[in-house]
Amino acid sequence: MADGNVLTAPGIPAAVAPPRTGRLHRLARRRSTLAFLMTLPLLAVIGGLVAYPFFYAIYLSMLNKRMTRFVGLDNFAFLLTRETFQYVVWQSVIFAVSAVIAKALIGFILAHVLHTLPAKGQRKWRGMLLVPWVIPPAISTLAWWWLFDPTYSAINWMLMGIGAPPVAWLGEPGWARFAVILVNVWYGAPFFMIMYLAALKSVPDQLYEAAAIDGATGWQKLRYVTVPMMRNIIAITVLFSLIVTFANFDIVRILTNGGPQDRTHIFGTYAFQVGIQSGDIPLGSAVSLFMFPILAVFAVFVLRGVTRRSKEMAG
Amino acid sequence: MSGASLTAAGASAPAYQKVGSIRRERRWALIGAYVALAVFVVFFLTPPFHMLVTSLKSSSEIADLAGNPWIVQSPTLENYRDLLHEGNYLLHFRNSVIVTLVVVAITMVISIFAAFALARMRFWGSAVLATGVFLTYLVPETLLFIPLFQIIGGIGLYNNLLAMILIYPTLTVPFCTWIMIGYFSSIPKELDEAALIDGANHFQMLWKIFIPVALPGILAATIFAFTVSWAQFLYPMAFLVSSENMVLTVGIASDLIRGDTFQWGKIMAGALMAAAPPLLVYAFLMDYYIAGLTAGATKG
Repeated sequence: MADGNVLTAPGIPAAVAPPRTGRLHRLARRRSTLAFLMTLPLLAVIGGLVAYPFFYAIYLSMLNKRMTRFVGLDNFAFLLTRETFQYVVWQSVIFAVSAVIAKALIGFILAHVLHTLPAKGQRKWRGMLLVPWVIPPAISTLAWWWLFDPTYSAINWMLMGIGAPPVAWLGEPGWARFAVILVNVWYGAPFFMIMYLAALKSVPDQLYEAAAIDGATGWQKLRYVTVPMMRNIIAITVLFSLIVTFANFDIVRILTNGGPQDRTHIFGTYAFQVGIQSGDIPLGSAVSLFMFPILAVFAVFVLRGVTRRSKEMAG
Repeated sequence: MSGASLTAAGASAPAYQKVGSIRRERRWALIGAYVALAVFVVFFLTPPFHMLVTSLKSSSEIADLAGNPWIVQSPTLENYRDLLHEGNYLLHFRNSVIVTLVVVAITMVISIFAAFALARMRFWGSAVLATGVFLTYLVPETLLFIPLFQIIGGIGLYNNLLAMILIYPTLTVPFCTWIMIGYFSSIPKELDEAALIDGANHFQMLWKIFIPVALPGILAATIFAFTVSWAQFLYPMAFLVSSENMVLTVGIASDLIRGDTFQWGKIMAGALMAAAPPLLVYAFLMDYYIAGLTAGATKG
């Protein structure tokens, strides 16, 4: 902060200083120094609390449990041989991919349906449909936990009403996997809806008029006008959601805590159990580091497509 | 000539019928739309509704297996009263408020300055930095919490709210900077030129022009930072251990569940009150809330 004062104080006389070239020169130099200072807090946050911990995690993951000895890639190799960890990898992929597909589909349908409504009613419906996204997931998952309670489940009460047998929502691996995905879809679908709705509103009406003149049916309009125009937003939303869902923690942690028999653990919750609860920090870092290459591959594929399409549109 | 007019007349007759069928089709589409919306509204609002119903029940009514879980027989506010008068609930609420307010303030200062510099002053490395902001998405919180656990322990902030204030900006600053870059870039360059001619320095330019003009964006970013800080769960879960230091997201479950006894009425009442601040912000500032959500993708 003291540096900032020193630098801006001579700035005022510099603005009235007569020599023209020198002034411009100094202005440019002053401007970039000032800009650097303005971004310094951002650099500190990203460098100190994101980049540094990331590399520190790589270092930590190469130590032994007591953190006294360098063991290279032993932790990673050890994890790959563990059956539990193989479950974690599969469960994370199944969880993220199926939840994102379901969220994208529901969001797409809801956005379309909302878009056909008259503007006045749209607001009210949109307001109600976005509620799951607004409630903090750690809070709303408590409500789902209670809905899935083994004895008092209100869902089972309704199932009994129609004569169906009660379901052990969180006690049986298959149902527990379904339950965590369901809650994630419930929480995340409104986000897709709102992104698609914004995208739909940005498609120019002339395109639809032109398509209508060419005799396009509703399906053809969707296939050849709407989807191509929205492709970039769909890609970015899917990428963002894939990262967030893959790295999810709260829903699984509260609902099942990885159980039954570690079948619903995903990277985040397993890393927490290994690293914080069992105190094996290096192994925990290794678990969470497995996420990074997977996310990076997703991102490279999606973003390459996005930049290619943006260039096509500009060119 | 006459043939042409005849075919025109002939074509117009079925065309009228077609208009009628289109209108009917449209009406059915609208009815279908309302049905689909109603189904999803029920699905989306069921958990909060059940939360409300449970929070209004006494423990004996909740424990009664013969009763209907979806309706309240004898509504009572005892869960809310108990929460507010005994236990640490109010303390957790206060902690959440403190952490959120401080984090929002820090976030907005950092991201407004950084976005101004990145949007308007091209400087060495600015493009790299803008990409770097984006890349932080690839390093999620679930990857960072273990090294941060060591770092926080190393600087003696374990089980301390200050650790939350230090760490939360990593979740809010990148996206808020991103939103603000978008809003600042959309301000016409002529405005800054006019300000420069009038002899304004960069701080005056930011304060007198950019902040007032981009106020909707600032509000959207503030709301985003607020909701993220209020909802954060992993970091408090990993770094806070004693109940009096906890924030709402972890405090409710850790205080109201003792072994196998779940005080569901109180848990639901506490959860509902914890969900109230973001819901209220959303109810009153819905347009800004949505602008903040969609800004990143529609501009990027």
